[in-house]
Parts: sequence; structure tokens; C-alpha cells
Amino acid sequence: MQPPAAGDDARTRAPLLTAAPTEPGGTRSAAQSAYAISTRGLVKNYPGPDGTTVHAVRGLDLDVRQGETYAFLGPNGAGKSTTVSLLCAIARPTAGQATVAGADVVARPDRVRRSVGMLFQHSALDPDLTAEQNLYIHARLYGLRRRHARARVTETLETVGLADRRRAPVRTLSGGMRRRLELARGLLHEPRVLFLDEPTTGLDPHARAQVWEHLRVLRDLHGSTLFVTTHYLEEAENCDRLGIIDHGRLVAQGTPLALKSEIGDDLVVLRTGDDETARQVVGRTVPPGLVVTRDTEGVSVRVPDGSAWIPRLCAALEAHGIAVRAASATPPTLDDVFFHHTGRSIHTPQPHRTPAAPAPGATTQATEEAS
Amino acid sequence: MTAAPAHPAPDAPAHPSADPGREPGTALRRELRAVHALVHRDLLRLAAQRTHTALMLLQPVLYLFVLGGGLAALIPHSSLGVGYQTYLFPGVLMMTVQAPAVVVGIRLITDRQSGYLRELLMAPVSRSTLLLGSCAGGTIVSTVQGAVLLGLGGTVGLPYDPLLLALLLAGMILASFTITALSLMLAVCLSRPETFHMLLGLVMVPLLFLSGGFFPLENLPGPARALAAVNPLAYGVDLLRRCIALWVPDRATTAGIEWYDWQPPLLLEGAVLLTTGVLALLWAAHRFSRPE
Repeated sequence: MQPPAAGDDARTRAPLLTAAPTEPGGTRSAAQSAYAISTRGLVKNYPGPDGTTVHAVRGLDLDVRQGETYAFLGPNGAGKSTTVSLLCAIARPTAGQATVAGADVVARPDRVRRSVGMLFQHSALDPDLTAEQNLYIHARLYGLRRRHARARVTETLETVGLADRRRAPVRTLSGGMRRRLELARGLLHEPRVLFLDEPTTGLDPHARAQVWEHLRVLRDLHGSTLFVTTHYLEEAENCDRLGIIDHGRLVAQGTPLALKSEIGDDLVVLRTGDDETARQVVGRTVPPGLVVTRDTEGVSVRVPDGSAWIPRLCAALEAHGIAVRAASATPPTLDDVFFHHTGRSIHTPQPHRTPAAPAPGATTQATEEAS
Repeated sequence: MTAAPAHPAPDAPAHPSADPGREPGTALRRELRAVHALVHRDLLRLAAQRTHTALMLLQPVLYLFVLGGGLAALIPHSSLGVGYQTYLFPGVLMMTVQAPAVVVGIRLITDRQSGYLRELLMAPVSRSTLLLGSCAGGTIVSTVQGAVLLGLGGTVGLPYDPLLLALLLAGMILASFTITALSLMLAVCLSRPETFHMLLGLVMVPLLFLSGGFFPLENLPGPARALAAVNPLAYGVDLLRRCIALWVPDRATTAGIEWYDWQPPLLLEGAVLLTTGVLALLWAAHRFSRPE
């Protein structure tokens, strides 16, 4: 069972040697055992127009575990992109602290950037170069040796399923392919934490599903920590945990299930022949204190265990001679969670939705997000 | 240290945190790899855009043969000491290298707009390194294009002497570097490519005409000569012209740059160009490194 002494020696020595240049082994393992991302009181202010100050992020406390897929959910302009650029050490926080992949973003931004990967919201590739060339240049920028860079380019192209398009100029690739190529680029240096800022915005449903499939493989096979900002509820639903950010503050955090069960009550909707009378009848039938509303959808009320209430409500309405045309009980959705914590729906149209033109530069991007 | 590089590939997937392929790289090596990456990108782009490159080279060739050929008949040898095409050659070389060098600045701005610059800034190297890489890339690409034009030297009566070619090449590297650095300095201050284009359109034509590449500077009125004395292109042209004169004395032409009627020595001219380039690059790096 015992391997030869020399081999054993080499194997025990190798990790020690490789870990040594980056940092002492003790602190690293301690950081690894804790959180991949941890922030306390993170604040970012920008100088706004006319001498005002834009508070993009106001005191954020975040904890993301190793190997976790964490969704950062919020409407446009909530401070998602700003938070991500703070965590990637491309912007300096105004106050507070953040540790990413075991390194402080203010004290050691170089080490943070070395161990994180980033997929920007409006990402960019060199359209005149081929897929392979784009990746190779990026790998070299991250300090990979030539041979290792070439090997990683091949590996990551295979990971995202673009091996057959390696020699295609980027301008000939479809939007979904480019996104996957950008994903490959983010993986070249084997980051411990991968940030994805709106990874599927602007993609058709098929391409979106493909991107998520690759992300799931990453998490399951490589145990990567993924930090995904999104305003798609169905995407947040897929993640291990999610945080809801609004106006630069974290308003809720937990697993999708826990957040939904926090609201607890199902939404029961009844469509009847006479909604106004039905509303009064339902109001008398359900436990006192519950709010019964009436809108174009019909009469709705939030009650725990909603499906059990439907027969009782129907019976009560029949007794008053009101015909029930349809009845449904829906468990709470993430949009309900969002509404519960922010007082509005995430789908409420925002004035600066759909950024058709790419944001000009990092700084404008940040202010756009902040405003 | 022998254990780790001996078998890097099998270890790579098993220890993702062990920094495979990176551990022997010191900090400096890492920065050099980034510089190399940017130079590599420029060379790949040059190879990918063959038509564009060919068209860019066509312009100076047209100047040399159409303008040069046409005017050669009008301008007597005695006024310049050499045939007009020979006189024009250093100016044409400068024209060739300045175009790709100036493009480096435009690309910095378009990269910033497209978001590519942000990708570069994410790399774990210092921002000055990125700027240095852009400058090195621009210098090399410009020199490569200038070297192609240098091949036409024989058609205007220059000997294909390896030392002369090397000297001219060195002069072009120096001029390319300075123009690239100046272009980058301008680019870090401007946010819109349109502004950059407008500024170029406004400045480049007078700079080219005041470079002494097309006609001798000594016949110009005083203010124009003063402008020429601060024109980096004029220093480049003068440098190349005097390199040629050094080699083929019978091709010696009129004086170019003069400071209060004193002609600075060749090496001083080169030093002025180099210092200008280095200062411009340092200032650009300083501007570029400012934290947001």
C-alpha cells in the first residue's frame, strides 16, 4: 500500500512548495475553511452630478461559503455591479472591509484578482482575433507559462463546448457562443471564485439554458464558488442561496426555499361570478386579520396551506349562491419574497432598463448602476 | 523547486489552488508575460488585418512615387543636393511609422468603450505594465511596417548596406516609440475616439508638413521654424536623414532642426526623442494608474 519513499516525499513536498510563495500555509487553510467571500459594513460612494454623493452600496454584510452558488438578486441600479467590482478589487470601497478567496480586497487587490474570475455584464472580446487567440492572450496576461496557457485554452474551450470553433474569428460567433467563450476566458486561470454579472442578459432562452448548464457543471465537478448577479427570478431559484439587494442594502438572505417559507402563506385566487360579494364572503370565512383583495384576476387572499382552504371557500361561496369559475393556490414565489422585502415587484419596469449600447467604460458603468 | 515543475499537468486538476504553471514566475516575470501578451495581441491583429495593413502601407508608397516622382521633375538637384525622391524618403518612412503608432492611442480609447480595457484591468498586473505593453506593441508594429518601406530604399538610390539599414531601423524604432507614447498620453486624457480623431486631423497634417520630410525647413518663416523645432516628427525625419548622410556623404542634404542657428548633434537629437517618449509614457502611466 505504501508508495515508494521518494514518491511519497515528492508528493508531500509539492503542495508545501507551491503554497509557500503565495502565503503561509496556515492562514490559507484557515481562510479556505471559512467563507469564499465575506464582507462587513461595505460602503461605496461615488461623486454624483452637481456635487452630490451617490450611495451605491450602503453597509453590506455578506457571507458566501466555499463551493456555493450564490445569487445576488436585485433590480437594475440596486448596486449589484458596484458590489461585484468592489469584491473583484477593481474599485476601492469607501468604507468597510471585504475578504475574497482569503485575501483582503484593499490590502491585497493583486492576490484577489489572481484568484477570482469575472464575467462582466457587458463583456468584450477582440472581434478580429480567433476564439483561441483571445483566450491565449488572456491566459498570458494572467501570467501563465506558454505551454500551460495553451493547455488551459484547449481545456476551457472544451469545457464550454467551443472546441470546434477554436479557429473562428470572434466576430463570426453568435451571442451565446461569445458568452460561453467569455466564460471560458474567466476560467483560464482556475479561479477559486467566479463572479458573473448578469451572465445571461441579452441571450435567447436556449443560450441561457446552455450557460447555466455549464455553470452547474463547474459547481458540481470543480467545486467552484459562483457569485451570480441577476434580475431573473428563475435563475436565482437555481442557486444554493441568494441575497436580495435593494438601494445598496441587503434586505434578505437565505436559501430560496427558506426565503419563500418565511413568507409562508400561499396565494389563493378565486374567480367567481360576483367578485365583490365573494370578497366579503371570503373575508368572513378566513381567519380574521387576513387581507382579502379584489383585482382583475379575481379575489385573492394569502393563507397558510392554501390548497386546503379552497374546498372550504368554494363551499361558503356556493352557500351564498356565487358560482366559482376557477380556483388556485400558489406557493409563494421569489417575486413575492422580493415584494415582501422591498415593497415592489422586481418586474416593475425601470427607466434605464435595456442598455442597448454598451456602457462606455468602467466609471460610467458604475455611475449608471448607482443612479 | 524541482518537484513541482517536473509533473505539472497531472497535478493541475487535482490541486486547483496550487497555482499550477505559475509558481516559478516571480512578480517581474508575471509583468513581462503581460507585456508579451499585449505585444502578441498587436502582432496577431496585424496578421489578421492584412488588407488594412496593405492599405496603410500603400499611402506612403503613393507619396513616394506619385508625389515624389511628379515633383522630382520640377525641383532641380542643386537646390536639395539630392534628387527629390531621395530627399523625400526619410519623410515617407516617418509617415509610415506614425500612422500605426497613432492608432495605438485610438485603440486604447475604443478598448475602453468596448469594455476590453476592463478585462485587461482585471488581470493581476499593474496598470503601468498594461500601458507599457500597449506602447511596446505599437512600437513593434510601426517598426515592422516601416521596415517594409525600408525595402524600397534601392528605388531612390540608397545602397542596401546592412549597417545603414540597421541604423535607419533603430531610428524608426526610436521615432515609433516616441509617437506611440505621445499618442497614449493623449488617449488617457480623452474619453471619446471622435475627439481624438478630430485632434489628429487638426494636428497631423501641419506636423507632417513641418517635419522637413517634404521640403527643407530652412526656407520657412521664423514662427513655422520654431514650431518645427518642437515637432517630434521633425526630429524623427532629421534623425533618419542624417543617418543616411552619415553613410552616403554625397547624398548629404540641407540642415533640418536648428536651435538658435545651432544644429544639435545626431545623438542629442536621438536623446531628445527618447526623453520625450519616456516622459510621455511616464506621465500617461501616472494618469492611467489613478485609482477610481
